[in-house]
Amino acid sequence: MSMPSTFQKPPRWIPVLAWVIAILIFFPIFWMALTSFKTETEAISTPPSLFFVPTMENYTDVIDRSNYARFVWNSIAVSFGSTLLALAFAIPAAYAMAFFPTKRTPSTLLWMLSTKMMPPVGVLIPMYLLFKTLGLLDTVTGLLIIYTLINLPIVVWMLYTYFKDVPGEILEAGRVDGANPMQELFLLLLPLAVPGIASTGLLSVILSWNEAFWSLNLTSSQGAPLTAFIASFSSPQGLFWAKLSAASLMAIAPILVVGWMSQRQLVSGLTFGAVK
Amino acid sequence: MAEVVLRNIKKSFGPVDIIKGVDIDINDKEFVVFVGPSGCGKSTLLRMIAGLESISDGELSIDGKRVNDLSPADRGIAMVFQTYALYPHMTVRDNMGFSLKLAKVPKAEIDRKVNEAARILKLDPLMDRKPKALSGGQRQRVAIGRAIVRNPKVFLFDEPLSNLDAALRVQMRIEIARMHSDFNATMIYVTHDQVEAMTMADKIVVLQGGVVEQVGSPLELYHHPANRFVAGFIGSPTMNFIDATVKAVAPEGVTVELPGGDNLTVLVVPGATKAGDKLTLGVRPEHLQEGSGDGKLTGTALVVERLGGATYAYVKLDNGTMITAEVDGNSHIRVNDPIQLGVRSQTCHLFGSDGLALAQSTRHPLADVGRGKGGH
Repeated sequence: MSMPSTFQKPPRWIPVLAWVIAILIFFPIFWMALTSFKTETEAISTPPSLFFVPTMENYTDVIDRSNYARFVWNSIAVSFGSTLLALAFAIPAAYAMAFFPTKRTPSTLLWMLSTKMMPPVGVLIPMYLLFKTLGLLDTVTGLLIIYTLINLPIVVWMLYTYFKDVPGEILEAGRVDGANPMQELFLLLLPLAVPGIASTGLLSVILSWNEAFWSLNLTSSQGAPLTAFIASFSSPQGLFWAKLSAASLMAIAPILVVGWMSQRQLVSGLTFGAVK
Repeated sequence: MAEVVLRNIKKSFGPVDIIKGVDIDINDKEFVVFVGPSGCGKSTLLRMIAGLESISDGELSIDGKRVNDLSPADRGIAMVFQTYALYPHMTVRDNMGFSLKLAKVPKAEIDRKVNEAARILKLDPLMDRKPKALSGGQRQRVAIGRAIVRNPKVFLFDEPLSNLDAALRVQMRIEIARMHSDFNATMIYVTHDQVEAMTMADKIVVLQGGVVEQVGSPLELYHHPANRFVAGFIGSPTMNFIDATVKAVAPEGVTVELPGGDNLTVLVVPGATKAGDKLTLGVRPEHLQEGSGDGKLTGTALVVERLGGATYAYVKLDNGTMITAEVDGNSHIRVNDPIQLGVRSQTCHLFGSDGLALAQSTRHPLADVGRGKGGH
């Protein structure tokens, strides 16, 4: 028996296509990085200059003009904080749905996910008023709460998928061995699902880090994360492309590093369940 | 002492009844096998005994105590799963000691018990490996070791050998049987393989569609099947069923007319049977022989399988019925040859139109013997 397709090399245009797509996706970031080292005049010149004397002035300006450290700290606090909170709620929920499903489990999951389908602007006014009444406007706590709620459906859904892949018999064996639900969760399920929990957490951190709609509308200075920091360079005095680029690069740098260091986790996490 | 008693046990998932009222008495130190085709409810029943499935109705008691609402760990049972269900992130040692650790047994005591089990199962060199570094047979042993360490009153096995290859399966079958003799524990074993059931059980429970069809020793089921289902399920190749008409009824047996016109008197209690009734004659392939017997059947061999020691002939009788005959390994029978098969009256069974067997007049001398222990 011959096995033709399995061992054949893919056609040559596939890697070429992959490169083209990769470059297309990467180009804006590359261009932004380049622009951040130009002067404001060079940044808006046509045709755009590829060769120029790099300058750090945008970076010093940006740092002088705003409290970069506070924005970074707020971003870290809200993205990691909301991720931890979301995991704390989602793990028991996903455990229950994966191992003790009822007739309504599938619809519950779908309903949770459906909350992601509504455009957030639809609830902006009520949310704003709620935040105002509760004194949560422009606070880290406020963002923490809203990010946790935003990411909860995705986190539950992903964890559910991961937990479903843990053979139920292992947990049953634990039950026969005398494990109570807490021990079952912490001693058996979580150690087995560590890769899944890590990639879920990572995704949640990235989503929270990049979230702009709520942070721009609900915070201004004290509770503002890096997205608000970037936005502050595109307002009243006009658009300063070079400074905006520098600020953007500084905003995405931390998460870029985290993402790059954990790309294996991330990729395996996102393709999880797709091939099996 | 650990008898397991099931009284009118029922399980339903919504409107669907999976187990429809099961009564079984399992004696202390008995090796009981639940056997049946897939979907018959045997695994569900075992999981109900384990406490992994709730009991919809009925009473389950272990060692004289009602356990319906106890958690698995409090029932005094240990279970070996089909997939072994080892904890993949723990070493063999930790896998085996997990239950004791949860029970807060002192470390030295855990070590002693785990090492003891490891010695019995010859797992000593593997104690620091993770399950993924073990072969199927070794994993199976660890799963058994995990059960032994708990020192349970009742061992439960859920098709533990079905993931092993044929040679290993035979070896593990022998090991589990020996373990039963060594530990003197009550064991309940689920399988769909009637050979496993026959070879290991003191008592077999045949299940179908959530109902117990028959309970008995292996040879009781073989020689005195209660109905057509049990008769067909126990024994390999499966029993032949041939339509027969009652010619005469006498106290010592029922005389039927075989296809081809021969008369055969089967030694069964006639009950309400009367001449002219349509019955089904059951005869096992190994009880047919080439040539003549108390009655004969004639037909044509359509397929011949030579196994060496025996030859299976798949025969189409002259009336069109297909039967299997296990004839001598040195038989010269060939495909499309005409063949005459002899039937001996004392190895035949008769089934009424309701599928129930007519009781044999005499009980087989070995029918009450359990596995090598002189019976219970």
